[in-house]
Amino acid sequence: MSTNDFLIKNISLPDGEIVNIGIKGDLITSISKESEAKAATTIDGTGCIALPGLVDLHTHLREPGREDAETVLSGSHAGVKGGFTAVSAMANTSPVADTAGVVEQVYRLGQEAGLLDVFPIGAVTQGLKGESLSEIGAMADSVARVRVFSDDGNCVSDPLVMRRALEYIKKFDGVIAQHAQDPRMTVGSQMNEGEISARLGLKGWPAVAEEAIIARDVLLADHVQSRLHICHLTTAGGVEIIRWAKARGINVTAEVTPHHLLLTDDLASSYDPVYKVNPPLRTESDVMALREALADGTIDIVATDHAPHPTEAKECEWQEAAFGMLGLETALSIVQKTMVETQLMSWSDVAERMSHAPARIGRYEQQGQPLVEGSLANIVVINPTQKWTVDRDLVLSKSSNTPYHGQQLPGVITHTLFKGKHVFNNGVVLPNGAK
Amino acid sequence: MRHLLSISDLSKVEAISILDTASELARVSDGAVKKLPTLRGRTIVNLFAEDSTRTRISFEAAAKRLSADVINFSAKGSSLSKGESLKDTAMTLQAMGADAVVIRHSASGAAQRLADNQWMSGSVVNAGDGTHEHPSQALLDAFTIRKHLGKGGSDLSGLSVAIVGDVLHSRVARSNVLLLSLLGAKVVLVAPPTLLPIGIENWPATVSYDFDAVVPHVDVVMMLRVQQERMTDLFFPSAREYSRYYGLNAERMSAMKQGAIVMHPGPMNRGLEISAEVADSARSVITEQVTNGVSVRMAILYVLLAGGALEAGSN
Amino acid sequence: MVCIHGGTVIGYDMARMRNPQPAMRDASIAPASFNDPSREVGKEIYMSVALSAQDISRALTRISHEILEKNQGSSNIVLLGIPTRGAHLAARISGIIKDIEGVEVPTGTLDITLFRDDLRMRPPRAIMPTKIPTSGIEDRDVVLIDDVLYSGRTIRSALDALGEIGRPRTVQLAALVDRGHRELPIKADFVGKNLPTSKSQSVKVLLAEIDGRDEVSIEEEAQ
Repeated sequence: MSTNDFLIKNISLPDGEIVNIGIKGDLITSISKESEAKAATTIDGTGCIALPGLVDLHTHLREPGREDAETVLSGSHAGVKGGFTAVSAMANTSPVADTAGVVEQVYRLGQEAGLLDVFPIGAVTQGLKGESLSEIGAMADSVARVRVFSDDGNCVSDPLVMRRALEYIKKFDGVIAQHAQDPRMTVGSQMNEGEISARLGLKGWPAVAEEAIIARDVLLADHVQSRLHICHLTTAGGVEIIRWAKARGINVTAEVTPHHLLLTDDLASSYDPVYKVNPPLRTESDVMALREALADGTIDIVATDHAPHPTEAKECEWQEAAFGMLGLETALSIVQKTMVETQLMSWSDVAERMSHAPARIGRYEQQGQPLVEGSLANIVVINPTQKWTVDRDLVLSKSSNTPYHGQQLPGVITHTLFKGKHVFNNGVVLPNGAK
Repeated sequence: MRHLLSISDLSKVEAISILDTASELARVSDGAVKKLPTLRGRTIVNLFAEDSTRTRISFEAAAKRLSADVINFSAKGSSLSKGESLKDTAMTLQAMGADAVVIRHSASGAAQRLADNQWMSGSVVNAGDGTHEHPSQALLDAFTIRKHLGKGGSDLSGLSVAIVGDVLHSRVARSNVLLLSLLGAKVVLVAPPTLLPIGIENWPATVSYDFDAVVPHVDVVMMLRVQQERMTDLFFPSAREYSRYYGLNAERMSAMKQGAIVMHPGPMNRGLEISAEVADSARSVITEQVTNGVSVRMAILYVLLAGGALEAGSN
Repeated sequence: MVCIHGGTVIGYDMARMRNPQPAMRDASIAPASFNDPSREVGKEIYMSVALSAQDISRALTRISHEILEKNQGSSNIVLLGIPTRGAHLAARISGIIKDIEGVEVPTGTLDITLFRDDLRMRPPRAIMPTKIPTSGIEDRDVVLIDDVLYSGRTIRSALDALGEIGRPRTVQLAALVDRGHRELPIKADFVGKNLPTSKSQSVKVLLAEIDGRDEVSIEEEAQ
């Protein structure tokens, strides 16, 4: 293995300052304006921006159990292409990640792939059934050092179970990431309940089924003084509740997906299940409210909810299709398109929402570090003026269910460095940082 | 026009021309000529993934009267029920040379998926997809209304129609609201609040929870079938309470305008949404709807398949 | 024959009929036949009038007499016009026969759209009404009436249609114009005018009931 010795020349930091970044080993060794700086490998950063490596708090890697859709390795490839140096593997695998054994397996697979940090998320309840707590302590103390617990895919709908979970994780400095969906109100639901669903004859998934759970859980989190995180927020009403809760000092954080910042429910009119996702695409006014909330920090982070599915799960009638969209490879471009190019956020804000804040929530000390001397070299280089066209046949994920096929997006990621290793270089993933 | 997936595929002119064509074809069917060579050599497949004897037979009769070859593909015992995907079924039909597929399916949007995906090159006729639409039913309903109540013009202006029942789950209601308003009629939807979809404010129809208030003012009362399962899903407390408020019984029928007619897409739940007395009364045109169905479906097949170029034209 | 604005014929010229001269084109006073939307805008059209209103009237009268003569009276005749213009011609012939014999012969229409063999080559056509007189066609002498006899396929379709309805004793054909170029072994029993044409020409029939005036003209696009 070659020693890492890089110099990224003439690159803009998130705040706009043009510098040269020197990397040796796994650390950033220098940030300076010196033009005579030298290194074994030079990366020309002219016209580009350096961001701290992106951290995804919500990724479905499907392994173990659904390796036909994705594996930890293929998900890692997709991740580094998208500029991620860390992803959090959701627990709804088969078997479910509700024991130390499964989370350690996923952790080890991530290490073997060696392209980014894979942090397993542990299930809140055994088998995701929502009835009894899983071995949270064992998972927290395992090699995987799990801090984020989620039944995502399912809602922890029983209020008593949610209360106990919030209380129990306090011992482990954990956070419960809730997938807010009242199960009784959403049996067989297919898309957002509204004008479009009425016309299309698809069963509605009402906003209130999400908001009612969020409202209940922020009150519970307050009552037991614990940490709550709301996954994939999608409604204007939900934003209002989070704002209210934060104003009262409740320890709640929230995430939004890139697709909920851009896509709306009228896309279902084609009945193409590539747009079928849970929680569903909502209305234009919801999208606007989510963008504003992400800009002002009411929503703390962007998380992809990367959900790969094999072709046959999406090439059928809407009702039969699986819920979910790919997200890792397009996330930063979508955020640039919806938040930076609309002047709602700066690149510093992007660094905060997609790197620093998610690392804090997940307690990932080795990730989300600022781009200063002495930090771990988790860096992504993006050329914001270049454009690219999404082609579902060329994605690095094993699956191809991207809703952006054929669309032109802004911002091309040219380099990703993971702890000083050059893992992605202009379209090519370099295993173990090899040249 | 290559496919008929939804009433919104039709302009007013196209809808009226289908009705006019159906009129001529009905006359032909009534007269001495029972069979026309117009679609000779064409293959029409009835792909009925959801059970339905009535609609399938109607399309079959229509196709055969135009001398088309008909292949029936029904749910039970077919490869569809054994888990074959819609895509594979479509590609099989393409390999068999189907010129048109008449599809009924339990999934909303199934007809559109078949049409959009280019798995096959024939025309797709939506014979009912989930709770989305049933365009040929709406066309035969409009045809029936025009025949009885048409005020001389070719459309339905000046007429008012009440559609009563489980609007939330009814593809017949959706197609009818679109077509009746396209043809100039006024539509009022009557149902308990639980059986009306959120977003209905945007439909070209008014809404009422009060059947008795509506009955004396409309020219057509169109009853929708109510499924028994809706009771266990908490849509209304009991069959008795549903009938009391929303059933068309003799008493309500006697409050109807003179000349007003009663319709039902079938099959009827006698005693639940419609009493036997009403179903068999002189006001009821329910059996005639079935007859008209064949002529209307002949017209649809003619318009989709007989011509070569894709634009609708006329002599 | 020269095309004159207003549709008034100034003179006959048999030689000119075979070699029509370019018409004077003035869009503001263009006669009805120029306003065919299927024509390319700006294309020049050669047009010559083959039958004037008076010619048509005389032809129909002669045809009516011939029908009566061939069928030895009106007692067993049924007239069926092929829509659109054939139907109007049938109505006129029926009227003329009434004037001659004092009898109303059963008259109706026979739309052959559903029996055409060339449906797939064009956009879907509207279906015209078919009205068979209540006396039916069984064992009758049916006279089909159409405006122009060309390839003969329309008449073949009409024979198919009649075959589905019943069994006439005879089927005869009256055409206002026979322009030649038969593709099937079909001939007219009664012809208003034989008009030799080339395939690049088209025959336009105008009837007062629809087009406001009676006229038969031959048209050709300038190359």
